[in-house]
Amino acid sequence: MSVTIRIPTQLRTLTGGAGEVEVEGASVGEALKALDAAHSGLADRLFDEAGNLRRFVNVFVADEDVRFLDGLATPVSPGQTLSIVPAVAGG
Amino acid sequence: MVDFVTGLRCRECQRPFPAEALHVCDYCFGPLEVAYDYERIAATVSRERIEAGPRSIWRYRDLLPVDDETPVDLGAGFTPLVRADRLAAALGLGELWIKDDTANPTGSFKDRVVSVALTKARQLGFKVAACASTGNLANSVAAHAARAGMESVVLIPHDLEGAKVTMTAVYGGTVIAVEGTYDDVNRLCAELTSERPSWAFVNVNVRTYYAEGSKTLAFEIAEQLGWQAPDHVVVPIGSGSQLTKVAKGFAELGKVGLLPEEPAIRVSGAQAEGCSPVATAFAEGTDAIRPVKPKTIAKSLAIGNPADGWYALEVMRRSGGSCAAVTDDEVVEAIGLLARTEGIFAETAGGVTIATLCKLAASGAIRPDERVVALVTGHGLKTVEALAGAAGCSPTATIAPTLDAFDAALDAAGAPETEEAAR
Repeated sequence: MSVTIRIPTQLRTLTGGAGEVEVEGASVGEALKALDAAHSGLADRLFDEAGNLRRFVNVFVADEDVRFLDGLATPVSPGQTLSIVPAVAGG
Repeated sequence: MVDFVTGLRCRECQRPFPAEALHVCDYCFGPLEVAYDYERIAATVSRERIEAGPRSIWRYRDLLPVDDETPVDLGAGFTPLVRADRLAAALGLGELWIKDDTANPTGSFKDRVVSVALTKARQLGFKVAACASTGNLANSVAAHAARAGMESVVLIPHDLEGAKVTMTAVYGGTVIAVEGTYDDVNRLCAELTSERPSWAFVNVNVRTYYAEGSKTLAFEIAEQLGWQAPDHVVVPIGSGSQLTKVAKGFAELGKVGLLPEEPAIRVSGAQAEGCSPVATAFAEGTDAIRPVKPKTIAKSLAIGNPADGWYALEVMRRSGGSCAAVTDDEVVEAIGLLARTEGIFAETAGGVTIATLCKLAASGAIRPDERVVALVTGHGLKTVEALAGAAGCSPTATIAPTLDAFDAALDAAGAPETEEAAR
């Protein structure tokens, strides 16, 4: 079984319009790497030059911000959903 | 309908975008910003033209990202700027003013941003107004949508103050309480925006326009000071958007010639200790804002992952401003202090601003020789729960309906002596 990654509108041009992509991977970093392997160009959008998540990119595992977890090293298990969400303001 | 918008631009990588319902750069996810033709605005706008306009934010239409003969309008803006001498004396400050945004139609500054957002959303053809909200935005979106004859769908955290729930639901839209924090609601809405592209999420896909509404706070302050700038403004920080846009508003006044030059204004930020990711980063001298799980009575500022926090930090540092966080007890005390000295009843976010003002005045970060404006952005009736059990928030005495009981109660309370009391 694989991990489901939810893709925001802004990145769907790179996934052929798909809102969800299934990948293999044991951590957030691995899953995102696998996503880039399947849909070239995504890593460039998600990571800065140093290989960290870009400032305005949020990634959630089971609805928890990975910045509260172990970042890119956060483990993911088969069947889990990982969401990529642009940062938004509000109040 | 003539606006002066030339398009949208990514604040991070500067890529240009058309003036549509876009809020995020699809390259780097940076927030988009409205770009204007300031030369054309300068050639059109004048103090006289503004002063002849409506007594609302729409008097500044030349500097807003949407123009419309009949905007979605409940009369937001042009709220009182109150000289606060008694509060200033209590804090050892000189010239202090309160921008009293409790006087807005739904009781908070959010009416400014929502009026702009829904006017633009209607022009873009949206029929449904939606938002993620800590309460004030919910109130305002539901009210303005009702006014415009639009449907509304408002998502709020499940533990909001009762008044804020009632003040949203009464307008007849759909209100969804989400089991989670504001940041959970916000994330859900960001995902919903991809799934429901025909809805205008005011603080998501039309946020680029929405956020511009906060500039009107700066425009009004300058106009109400007789077209002069203050030296120092104190602004609460939730997402950081308002603080950033207030600074932008003052800068634009210089850019289009409404002030003689771009004013040098120190901008200071206010947060509650229970949710102070920006104040923490400011104190640590870092750019890295670590998200937090909020725990504070100042729910309207309880945003643990502030999207515009970076820009707020940049503005405060560049302007020579400061930033502080205050405890919930200090917030409650500050609400009372503002009410007792100036007759203004603020919600908890206003308490955060005034408590921070106290703290920065005491530390010398705000000086007595400065002309200071503090932003009180929401009405106290929205958050009365926060004052439950607080000193001075219940009757002085409860008595039998007799003159003797009344006199005894006044004596016990140490109430002011009057001629009648000598009777």
